[in-house]
Amino acid sequence: MSTQVQERETDTEAEETSDQQQRRRSETGERDDMRERAETDLSEADETVRIKVFRYDPEVEGKKDPRFDTFEVPFRKGMTVLDSLIYARDHFDSSLTFRHSCRQAICGSDALFVNGRQRLGCKTQMVDLEWPVRIEPLPHAEVVKDLVVDMEHFYDQMEAVEPYFQTNDLPDGELEEQRQTRENREKVKMSTRCIWCSACMSSCNIAAGDNEYLGPAAINKAYRFAMDKREGADIKEHRLNIIEQEHGVWRCQTQFSCTEVCPKDIPLTEHIQELKREAVKSNLKFW
Amino acid sequence: MSQSYDRGLIEDFGRWQEFSAGMWAWIFHKFTGWVLIGYLFTHVAVLSTATVDGATYTQTLQGLESLLIVRFLEVGLLAVAAFHILNGIRLLFVDLGVGLEAQDKAFYAALIGTAAIAVASIPTFLLGAF
Ligand code: SF4
Ligand code: FES
Repeated sequence: MSTQVQERETDTEAEETSDQQQRRRSETGERDDMRERAETDLSEADETVRIKVFRYDPEVEGKKDPRFDTFEVPFRKGMTVLDSLIYARDHFDSSLTFRHSCRQAICGSDALFVNGRQRLGCKTQMVDLEWPVRIEPLPHAEVVKDLVVDMEHFYDQMEAVEPYFQTNDLPDGELEEQRQTRENREKVKMSTRCIWCSACMSSCNIAAGDNEYLGPAAINKAYRFAMDKREGADIKEHRLNIIEQEHGVWRCQTQFSCTEVCPKDIPLTEHIQELKREAVKSNLKFW
Repeated sequence: MSQSYDRGLIEDFGRWQEFSAGMWAWIFHKFTGWVLIGYLFTHVAVLSTATVDGATYTQTLQGLESLLIVRFLEVGLLAVAAFHILNGIRLLFVDLGVGLEAQDKAFYAALIGTAAIAVASIPTFLLGAF
């Protein structure tokens, strides 16, 4: 739906850049079109679902104060939270802003705070929620506009744990594969599934209070590589050094909030706890 | 972006209805921990001023025990200690990485255990208080 509208808009623009007025008129016509279509959609739909969406736009006078907008969206089977937002944006308010891309829980761009819990918009079915559905940006992050939050801090924390494979012992042949045992692969399997959505970070009470805390996602990333046997002992030690710092694993107070919200079902707390034990083991000496 | 909106931390406790088992366990553990520390200091302070001689000691304790509120507080104290111990055991397992899938059930079990212990102690603490 959205692509259609945009294409049409660009077409209009290309033809009538000189004639602003006419363009505006045709845009208004288009908006009327959309509204009409929405009205037929609404009257035809057996059921509508009301969504309450957090709105905030620092650049528009009158929208600087955060508020909630309510949209009545025709419900159809299989509708996700993201679908409802897309519908509202395309039919009611084109300024409604939110991130999305893959629509299949793999890009990690649409983590939202839906009915009081961090969820991926595209992975959350409307039928599984209590209606009306309240949609807010992720808590504990600065809101840039509407549902869009500033992810910079989260990415910084991810970078801090060096989220890439490193090793000192490369195989002899240049093209030789670096094989991983089946068991080792199983060990890190869940941790590799992170899609960098930041739901866990947003749910974490400790991360909210301690800006330097690495946070569950970053620690899970560290786990993914620290547990990878191909990296070798030196690098594992280096990784443990990063995560056992003051604002590393020891900040975790096992509230299990991250584990609960992770859309990829990564056992985050379990991984953090395991790294805590690794950290202790690497420092304990009985002689 | 010229500006962004920080919704801050205020909302955290406003969301208490959405807290999960793990979160409640954490809150209760902190709370009971502080209560126990508070009790420890009061305990030391009261008893050390009472141990001048045998008579003062007996008098102080009898005085305290004759107060109905103290009897109730004793039940409360036991409940607080029991929860802290039971949840402490739960946390021990969490630290060892054992049975993490059942951590929420362990929390509920700790709550039930606490309630049972507190109820069972009522006859002992409140006997003859009325
Ligand atoms: S660990 Fe889970 S919740 Fe956290 S960023 Fe990765 S996918 Fe999202
Ligand atoms: S749109 Fe990609 S994860 Fe939801």
